[in-house]
Amino acid sequence: MPEQVQPSQQTAGALSTLEARFPGAVQPAEYEGLVIAPDRLVEVATCLRDELGYTYLSCVTGVDYPAPTARFPARLEAVYHLFRATGGPLTLHVHAERDGLGVPSLAGVWPAANVHERETWDMLGIRFEGHPDLRRILLWEGFAGHPLRKDWHEPYYEADHKPFASRYPKGHPLRAEERTPLSCNLQYPPDWSPEGWESEAEVPVYARMDEYAAGDWRSMRTTDQIVINLGPQHPSTHGILRLVARLDGETIQQLEPVLGYLHRCHEKIGERNTWLGNVPYTDRLDYVCSMSNNFGYATAVEKLLGVEVPERAEYIRVIMAELTRVMNHLVAIGFFTNDIGVYLTAMLYALQERELIVDLFEMASGSRMMCNYFRFGGVARDLPEGFLPLAKELVYERIPRRVDELERFLVDNEVFRARTIGVGVLPPAKAIAYGCTGPLLRASGVPYDVRRVEPYSIYDTFDWDVVVRYNGDVYDRFMVRFEEMRQSLRVLRQALERLPDGPILAGKKQADVKVPAGEVYGRVESPKGELGFYLVSNGGTNPYRYRIRTPSFANLGVLGELCRGHLVADVVAILASIDVTLGEVDR
Amino acid sequence: MVGWGILKSLSVTLGRFVMTYVDDLKWFFKGGFGKRYSPAALAVRQSPKGRGIFTVQYPKERLPLPENYRTFPFQVLDPQTGKTRCTACGTCARVCPPQCIWIVRATNPKTGRPAREPAEFHVDVSICMSCGLCAEFCPADALKMDHAYEITADQRDGAFLWGLERLAKPLAYHAEIHPTDYAAEQAARERKGARKKK
Repeated sequence: MPEQVQPSQQTAGALSTLEARFPGAVQPAEYEGLVIAPDRLVEVATCLRDELGYTYLSCVTGVDYPAPTARFPARLEAVYHLFRATGGPLTLHVHAERDGLGVPSLAGVWPAANVHERETWDMLGIRFEGHPDLRRILLWEGFAGHPLRKDWHEPYYEADHKPFASRYPKGHPLRAEERTPLSCNLQYPPDWSPEGWESEAEVPVYARMDEYAAGDWRSMRTTDQIVINLGPQHPSTHGILRLVARLDGETIQQLEPVLGYLHRCHEKIGERNTWLGNVPYTDRLDYVCSMSNNFGYATAVEKLLGVEVPERAEYIRVIMAELTRVMNHLVAIGFFTNDIGVYLTAMLYALQERELIVDLFEMASGSRMMCNYFRFGGVARDLPEGFLPLAKELVYERIPRRVDELERFLVDNEVFRARTIGVGVLPPAKAIAYGCTGPLLRASGVPYDVRRVEPYSIYDTFDWDVVVRYNGDVYDRFMVRFEEMRQSLRVLRQALERLPDGPILAGKKQADVKVPAGEVYGRVESPKGELGFYLVSNGGTNPYRYRIRTPSFANLGVLGELCRGHLVADVVAILASIDVTLGEVDR
Repeated sequence: MVGWGILKSLSVTLGRFVMTYVDDLKWFFKGGFGKRYSPAALAVRQSPKGRGIFTVQYPKERLPLPENYRTFPFQVLDPQTGKTRCTACGTCARVCPPQCIWIVRATNPKTGRPAREPAEFHVDVSICMSCGLCAEFCPADALKMDHAYEITADQRDGAFLWGLERLAKPLAYHAEIHPTDYAAEQAARERKGARKKK
């Protein structure tokens, strides 16, 4: 194992404080952060939240170590990433036995932990004791095992890491289906059979919905309550998302998203892939803003690699990321209006501008949506001839006017205002507790933007403002998006003006990147919120652990709270105002 | 005043509606009927200067593709030898994220040692994700990304497993669709040739 990395100053500070408070329960982790004894975890977490100011839980995940490492035995590790209003991260590691004892749930300390812990249970089988509802979240209950454990093999398993030896030099093509016929590649949990199976996944969903049956509701109400499903196939869920709602009349009493219909085991694929091979896969997370996903992954890997990105490449990256933000907000506003019944008018106005931006992406990267444009230490290719004049015309002339036009079209419209103002109000305290990020958080009066609190790339050299509004309703979320587009255009104008000449890639183009051992949590402000990549490397050509904290997934955790007491039609408006892409919710 | 905002919204749609006719008339005065649907007009209509209807009348009209546009890889044939430029080094198979490139390296029949050419080269385009990494890292300038996007087939088995006969395309085609890339490549080759002569 490599030599131990020095814990950062902040971690050291937290370590000394916690050691004094909880002697024997805290020790430094192998690479970064602290290892907390499971029995003291809740106390330590409460102390961190209330006394040390770590109010924001960004991500909960886990890592499987089937073999002992330098300082610790074989284990499952739950990993928590905490942030303060400024600064962070503080990484907490909690060890669990691979078969047996779990770790205490932190859902009571940070409600944000709820969905993340469910996912960690689903993927790694870490049992979170005391979790209010520890069910699988992305997979179904007929799924055998926990896929992100290192000893779990997928049906078409070939080798632990790509590249596979069967492809070269004796690569006689063989389709995966021929190698493993469909009938032989199904695995079910022990003593579970698809014969006579009734979807038990539905039972707990509906059981939770049935809590009214226990109460004395008959005496209180003259109407019955019903449970309905919105989706999974529904035009206004932006993908394959199912919402189970319990209604009293037309009022939502309780609502719960059911996820996983688009799950592709992205993280497992990511652990098989080479470091570079993951870049095109990140495009497929949030397919509306692939450049931002590239940016997040490249930022995280570069932190581990320690490469300096050349200045021109940094500018190109910022240009692409901000164009993506403008594009995403246009799409978000367009589809929102579509969902609440403006139908195609405003959406097509927005998509028209988006079309011109994706044309720029196509010019630079070769693809409109699946850009695959970022490389470690730079970008894939230089801007082609004709890119800059076109980009300048868009940024200076066309898009500002069209944003104004779209605003004129919507914000004073009485119908639009009636549908949005006062709907789905998210108070700031709740927004922080649920780990919301992006426009959702900023519309609730919390001026938190990763570009400002933890500037990555060259964002600290630009002059721009963090947009914030204070009512926290659907209307404000849209006004934040309008204003953010203007701020992005402001950054773009500066970037296009100052774009320097020079190399676009640090060093030589490299196919087999080897990343030094370590762990990193790299995050960027994607248009939808904080996009974090938690990477663990053991020094090889493949990630040991590749975890993505996507903004849509985390923001969706608060949907049920937002919808309570509103009408069914408002659910659609609230969901659209959170702006989720199911590609990154289900991964 | 209630209703003012709705009127404001409607004024925007009305403006857009009128604009489509203004745009039509502009092209009519420039060149009569049908001028709006000429390639010259398409380039303007689909640019930031476009004002009227934004639709492209596919398949009657097609958008010009930028040079970097990519669908699936193809093999470049060397005009002198008539064979592919591929040296069967295996770089593309190694970087391919979904592992859809299959290469059988040829052996020299005389010596029995590995030869610098492929005996078989397959791309399973049903798996290919069009990322372009193979072309980006090909050291022999042999793999390039194609511009052909109308490639449907009526069956799945075999139709998407492309061998050398389907992948190989002449150098002139590469030069035509990638002019900048081709020029840079030729310059580099000439430099290399000159260095060898020295």
